[in-house]
Amino acid sequence: MIARAMPWRDTAIRLTALALLLLAPAFIYPVFLMKVLCFALFASAFNLLIGYVGLLSFGHAMFFGFAAYVMGHTVKVLGWPTEAGLLAATLAAGAIGAVVGLIAIRRQGIYFAMVTLALAQMVYFYCLQSPFTGGEDGIQAIPRRPLFGVIDIANDLTLYYVVLAIFLAGFALINRTIHSPFGQVLKAIRENEPRAISLGYHVNRYKLVAFTLSAALAGLAGATKAIVFQLASLTDVQWQMSGEVVLMTLVGGLGTVLGPSVGAAVIITMQNYLKGLGEWVLVIQGLIFVATVMLFRRGVVGEIAALLKRAPASGGAVKPEAAAH
Amino acid sequence: MFELIGIPPQVLLGQLLLGLINGAFYAMLSLGLAVIFGMLNVINFAHGAQYMMGAFGAFVLLKYTGVPYWGALIIVPLVVGALGIVIERLLLSRLYHLDHLYGLLLTFGLAIIFEGLARYMFGASGVSYENPIPGGINLGFMFLPYYRAWVIVFSLVVCLAVWFIIEKTKLGSYLRAAVERPDLVQAMGINVPLMVSLTYGFGVALAALAGVLAAPIYSVTPKIGSEIIIAVFAVVVIGGMGSILGSIVTGFGLGLIEGLTKVFYPQASSIVIFVIMAIVLIARPAGLFGTQK
Repeated sequence: MIARAMPWRDTAIRLTALALLLLAPAFIYPVFLMKVLCFALFASAFNLLIGYVGLLSFGHAMFFGFAAYVMGHTVKVLGWPTEAGLLAATLAAGAIGAVVGLIAIRRQGIYFAMVTLALAQMVYFYCLQSPFTGGEDGIQAIPRRPLFGVIDIANDLTLYYVVLAIFLAGFALINRTIHSPFGQVLKAIRENEPRAISLGYHVNRYKLVAFTLSAALAGLAGATKAIVFQLASLTDVQWQMSGEVVLMTLVGGLGTVLGPSVGAAVIITMQNYLKGLGEWVLVIQGLIFVATVMLFRRGVVGEIAALLKRAPASGGAVKPEAAAH
Repeated sequence: MFELIGIPPQVLLGQLLLGLINGAFYAMLSLGLAVIFGMLNVINFAHGAQYMMGAFGAFVLLKYTGVPYWGALIIVPLVVGALGIVIERLLLSRLYHLDHLYGLLLTFGLAIIFEGLARYMFGASGVSYENPIPGGINLGFMFLPYYRAWVIVFSLVVCLAVWFIIEKTKLGSYLRAAVERPDLVQAMGINVPLMVSLTYGFGVALAALAGVLAAPIYSVTPKIGSEIIIAVFAVVVIGGMGSILGSIVTGFGLGLIEGLTKVFYPQASSIVIFVIMAIVLIARPAGLFGTQK
């Protein structure tokens, strides 16, 4: 978050970023960019929970991966148009989010992380055994039908702008949520849950809405990824994927607006360059995890913001001192 | 003998035995997690990886130094436990003043490092470990392999010994006191940081011991750790981490339920623990033996 005192600087930065995003496919392979955007949206959705409500979900792959399956099934098997598939996948992820959220918010802190991980594993086993997901093969060759019947997304460049629009819409929604009165209550819950309760807020209702929204947006990201790669597979719904989104957000900066996107770009780029290294990718990701937790907990964006302000970032990172039980 | 809804008793008892063995591992691992959590307030995500290291440790000892199973049962937990103490001193101990979530994130990072290294060293398909006590006994109604009987008896003994140490000995009373009020216990002249390190080492050693026990039963692959740890997390949520005996009972009980599900409705056997977890969270959020903080 940039200081409000200088709105012109804020606007200038946003316009530059938008221009860069619009021009990017001229320099960088569009499929790679789309992958980054999908994960940036995924990580931003995840960050809505950990960064602004203080809930660490270790099971977000269930929304991302399951939505990808719904996308693949509706578009490929049922023959739905792309936009209907996206909507169905997002709603499905939101619905699972509402159910999982109802169960998971009954515990806090570390237990919340374990419960979400366990429930995600249940969704994983369901996807592994259920016939509609195609088991080990997944759903392959998902068709890229023209969007709204007119926009030809079979072309990577056109699809890039569609994905960019989806990302920006999701990102704007998250940003709007964070800065709304609703978002302020979420932050109050993060900082001091008992006090929020004593002020008369139905804390669990707020948590549930935030969880459902986060799940739906993670689903939107997963469904978008399914059109880009024309594939929905077990990889997207496995616990490793839940770990990856935690890593991206942590590296970028928990509780910062831009952090998750930066983290996603860093991790996806790294995976791209290290592809040939096989098992070492896992080891290196683990090392980054450890290094980030030990050395720069605020993440890339959080550290830069702290440097710019020369004071601890107040608007952002999860306060490490706030004990969560 | 009896026959239940067309299921021969051999099948039923065979699956119950398998379930009991799974339960033995759930119990040992959730016990270690609970002991570590009680003292460090850290959920040790690397617990599964340390269990996996135990299994590979037994394999390495046998293959490269010729140390047999019985030697591994002592050496491996000591080595892996010592490694745990190093991790606690170098890394974990620097995070105690922060939100507990950072401990979870750190140990998650460690878990994937260990899993990646194991894949690099032993390959994704893993290795097999020879059964040290082959053969078995025919009980008339079922065949009981000696090794499986040994696993159940030994793990029960270990679990009860841990319970005895923590609940009934002087050392255990220090531990329980340090969980409640570390500052006061420190003031009494007891070295609490040392106790914390040893507790982590002990919990990790317990995971490695379970790994050695598991090596002759399951095929030893790098992913056995991450596979079991998620189920063990569910076990811990179901039981609640407040009670040592509670962890043991929940671990064995859920193993049995999983075994029964394999007989009656195999498709659900992989998710039954998670379903039970969801039900327990709705009915009794603190867990069966837990107290809500």
